[in-house]
Amino acid sequence: MVETVLFWLSAACLLTGGAFGVLGGIGLIRFPDFYSRLHAAGITDTLCALLIIVGLLIQAGLALISIKLLLILLFLLFTAPTASHALARAAMVDRSPPEVTGDPVPGEPSSKS
Amino acid sequence: MNTVLVVTALAIFATMALALVRALKGPTVYDRIVAVNVFGTKTVLIVALITAISGNDDLIDVALVYALINFIAVVAVLKLVRMRDLGAAGEGDITDG
Repeated sequence: MVETVLFWLSAACLLTGGAFGVLGGIGLIRFPDFYSRLHAAGITDTLCALLIIVGLLIQAGLALISIKLLLILLFLLFTAPTASHALARAAMVDRSPPEVTGDPVPGEPSSKS
Repeated sequence: MNTVLVVTALAIFATMALALVRALKGPTVYDRIVAVNVFGTKTVLIVALITAISGNDDLIDVALVYALINFIAVVAVLKLVRMRDLGAAGEGDITDG
C-alpha cells in the first residue's frame, strides 16, 4: 500500500519535472527578448531540478545517496537564482534595456520606443 | 519505475537540445550564457537520473561536483565577457548594475 503511494508520488514528481524542463526549453527558444528568455529559463530550471530530485529522493528512501541528493538540491536552489541574477545584472550593466510595450511605469527602465 | 525514469531522462535530453539551439542562435552573448547555464543544470539532473537508472550509486558524486563547477563557470564566463579579464574589477563590472 505504502509502496504504491510512494511509487505514484515519485512518478508524478519526476514526470512533472520533465514536463517543466521541456516547457522551459520551449520558452528559451520562443520568447522575444533576453529578459523574457531569462525568466523562462531561470524559473523552470529551479522548479524542474526541485521536482526531479524530490522524485529521486522518494525512491531512494533513507540512505547515503539521499543525503547527497539533498546536497545537490541545496546547491542548485542557491546557485540557480544567483546565476540568473548575475546574468540579468550583467545585461543591464551592458545597457541592453528590456523591451517594454504599453505605458511606461515611472522609475522603471523603458525601451527606446 | 525504470520506464518513468527513462521518460524523464528523454524529456531532459529534449530540453538540452532546445538549450543548444538557443546557444547556437542567440543574438547576444548573454542569450548564449543563459542557454549554457540551463544546459549545465540539466546535465546535473541527467547524471542523477542515470545514477537511479543504472543503480550505480557512486555516480551521484559526479552530479554533486558538476553542480558546483557549473555555477563557478557561469559566473567566471560572465566576468570574463564583461571585463575582458578575470582579475580586473571596478567600473562596469557585473556587480555594478
